[in-house]
Amino acid sequence: MTLGTLWFVLIAVLYIGYFVLEGFDLGVGILLPFLGKNDLRRRAIINTVGPHWDGNEVWLLTAGGATFAAFPNWYATLFSGFYLALFLMLIALIVRGVAFEFRSKDENPRWRSLWDWCIFLGSVIPALLWGVAFANFVRGVPIGPNFQYQGTFLDLLNVYSLLGGVVSLLGFALHGAIFLSLKTVDDLQVQARRWAQRLWVPAVIALVAFTISTYVFTDIIDKSGINPWPVSIFAVLALLASGWFIRRKQDGWAFVMTALAILLAVTTIFMELYPRVLVSSIDPMYDLTIENSASGPLTLRTMSIVALIFVPIVLAYQGWTYWIFRKRIVEKADTLHY
Amino acid sequence: MENWVLILSRWQFAITTIYHFFFVPLTLGLSVFVAILETIYVRTGQEVYKRMTKFWGKLFVINFAMGVVTGIVQEFQFGMNWSEYSRYVGDIFGAPLAIEALLAFFLESTFLGLWIFGWDKVSKGVHALAIWLVAIGSNISSLWILVANSFMQQPVGYAEENGRLVMTNFWALLGNSNVWVQFPHVVFSGFATAAFFVLGISAYHLLRKKHADVFERSFRLAALYGTIAMLLVILVGHSQAQHMVATQPMKMAAAEALWETENPASFSLFTITDQANRRDLVSLRVPRLLSLLSYNRLEGEVKGINDLQKQFELEYGPGNYIPPIMLNYWTFRIMVGVGFLMFFIAAFALLRVIQKRALQELKILKWLPFAIALPYLSNSTGWILTELGRQPWVVYGKLKTAQAFSPNLTPGLVLTSLIGFTLVYGLLMVADVYLLTKYAKAGPAPKPAKHSVAEQAYWE
Ligand code: HDD
Ligand code: HEM
Ligand code: HEM
Repeated sequence: MTLGTLWFVLIAVLYIGYFVLEGFDLGVGILLPFLGKNDLRRRAIINTVGPHWDGNEVWLLTAGGATFAAFPNWYATLFSGFYLALFLMLIALIVRGVAFEFRSKDENPRWRSLWDWCIFLGSVIPALLWGVAFANFVRGVPIGPNFQYQGTFLDLLNVYSLLGGVVSLLGFALHGAIFLSLKTVDDLQVQARRWAQRLWVPAVIALVAFTISTYVFTDIIDKSGINPWPVSIFAVLALLASGWFIRRKQDGWAFVMTALAILLAVTTIFMELYPRVLVSSIDPMYDLTIENSASGPLTLRTMSIVALIFVPIVLAYQGWTYWIFRKRIVEKADTLHY
Repeated sequence: MENWVLILSRWQFAITTIYHFFFVPLTLGLSVFVAILETIYVRTGQEVYKRMTKFWGKLFVINFAMGVVTGIVQEFQFGMNWSEYSRYVGDIFGAPLAIEALLAFFLESTFLGLWIFGWDKVSKGVHALAIWLVAIGSNISSLWILVANSFMQQPVGYAEENGRLVMTNFWALLGNSNVWVQFPHVVFSGFATAAFFVLGISAYHLLRKKHADVFERSFRLAALYGTIAMLLVILVGHSQAQHMVATQPMKMAAAEALWETENPASFSLFTITDQANRRDLVSLRVPRLLSLLSYNRLEGEVKGINDLQKQFELEYGPGNYIPPIMLNYWTFRIMVGVGFLMFFIAAFALLRVIQKRALQELKILKWLPFAIALPYLSNSTGWILTELGRQPWVVYGKLKTAQAFSPNLTPGLVLTSLIGFTLVYGLLMVADVYLLTKYAKAGPAPKPAKHSVAEQAYWE
């Protein structure tokens, strides 16, 4: 394996880490207005992700930084090309992060409801946009000579990418509902499970539809590289299995299954991309590939060493904090921090 | 024809980074301050230090949240608005950014979560360790980002290949002499920022004779912390200026409004220039002082703007190599002037503490809350000097800012995001200041806290 390919895989790993972790806190944010009947309940819901959301988001920052370091052309073309979409996502992530911290620091109901809206919208927008973005990666976007994006925001919106957005929105909402049933008790838990059941059916339908349309809208069939179809089937199977576990009230297993479905779905996308990193819809000649986007050997080698040492350390201490905060959240005002 | 994409992108970058850097210095300094307080609490078991930890900790957390969300924008802006810059230096510049995320951001975010939510979940020692890890994480983060920034000021460890830079020596990046003047200057100015924040709020409560136990102790510690930090800021700042004369002479010439090369060189007290016509409208100078400041002796040549312009034209071809002189000149003077003022204020407060004067009677108390603004002024002007003085270069001597922007953008797109960020930032600032003032004025929780553990953690 070349160093370029290693970094392609590592970036996939970072995105998987990001979606598995932030996926559930985005889902919790999406469900906030639906599950949070009263203020106390809303606080309980927010407290389930309180200690974790920021650490989860750093997976995205690391993925961004790693793309910059390992594939400067990928970083430059992607973020300048998807300018408006990324701008919306950043605004969403900004107001959402502040909202978690500020919301309960004032009693005024209008203050609180304002920030609750920020949490909701700040979660819906990224959840939707990520699916749109990843679908576009494989479908192809108008990239011309010199790696320059030649389209507009509207070129990013098409049936296939919007379907991708629906998949990620429903998928994260489901992932979040299951996380909530894992972290709460009594009525809140019952409600969270009910939402998980409700979301499961459309999530499965959307994923199946998306998988099938991948064969219609992308070059997956005539591509010579790796064909990811077995992986995509396992993604669907994992999502199916999560429904079974939800019904049997085995929330832990259901969560493992949605996490697995996310992992396999992202893997499918990256396998389909390989050895490209962004597909040009104008001409394959303009595709961004591992080869024409990667940094020099010293950068890649240095970054590999740093990553191989520190990713395991980060996993260890992040895992440890999840263990510290393993107890369920109860709806008692004097036990809530946020 | 004006290039609006470039102009608007520069405005956007300046606004978003300066805004980010409103929150960063307080994080750098206050994290360490809170960590010290909690350590004292753990070592001595004195309840009052726990209340101090929680009070300052709460303000710290509110500020931290703003630092985090504004930082997210920083991570992506280079690709969004400066794609050609990113292609040109990504090989080198991306590495410290990625390392920063991996080494620092994970550390601070994870352990801050543990610190906020973990009061009743881990032992006292582990809890204090958590805030130390946050403090270390924040300060490591500034090291790596400044490694990146220093490459733009003084490129090292690279080679040029096919029109882009590639890394040839990673250790040279880390050992860049610019890092080792810039990093301490920024870190210590962060400490000074926190000291003034603590002094100002403590003074507010001391004047009202409330919570004397908490705020007298805070005041004493902050006076010491601030004096040491300011002494170091000034000492390092001095060597930074000498470094600047050696590595970016044009920046120093502009910061001194020095048109002609002089030996011995004079120091400007008050100058207003007419840059378009290359002349001074007003100029008051002290002979020999600039040589003294630059080389620690009474003579020595300091290059003037006109000579440097000629030299750069020979070296890099025709063009305008003069940065906006008055902005450089005045930002430099504001930073340094405010810096000395801060030093005297902190030292004076410390003197009174050492003399064991009754703190509540000090005349200076009523001014200190306003002095909180001083470090913010110096921090912003310092960065404007550093970044604007480097113009027209974005990577000194290698790439001009005018070559660095994203060519696929339209002015409308950039204007949209510029307005969007500015509006959202403005509104968030209102909310942030509202909360900080509210909790700062409320003061710490009353002594005998009969709440549950978590509520205590929340409301104190
Ligand atoms: C890692 C790199 C980096 C770092 C740490 C900083 N900057 Fe910078 N700065 C740039 C990289 C950069 C840049 C990409 O090079 C810009 C964009 C356009 C330019 O001229 O340089 C720039 C421009 C720029 C400008 C506008 C210059 C102009 O419009 O001509 C200001 C005022 C600042 N910066 C201020 C800051 C502040 C307050 C920072 C503290 C957080 C900061 N910079 C850190
Ligand atoms: C322009 C370049 C910069 C980029 C790309 C950048 C990036 C970021 C990002 C992504 C975060 C959020 C991390 C989190 O979620 O915990 C952040 C926060 C932070 N950054 Fe920056 N930053 C820049 C400039 C600086 C500078 C110059 C410093 C210090 C000297 C600095 C110090 C910090 C610190 C201490 C934090 C912690 C959060 C806080 O401020 O409260 N950053 N930065
Ligand atoms: C009083 C004496 C001071 C001196 C002589 C001094 C010197 C300098 C110099 C020469 C630079 C530009 C470095 C370059 O571009 O190469 C600088 C930058 C800066 N200064 Fe100061 N400074 C002083 C006080 C302060 C104070 C009080 C603060 C804030 C509390 C501060 C914050 C900064 C910051 C944030 C920067 C930009 C980052 C950097 O380039 O280091 N300075 N200072």
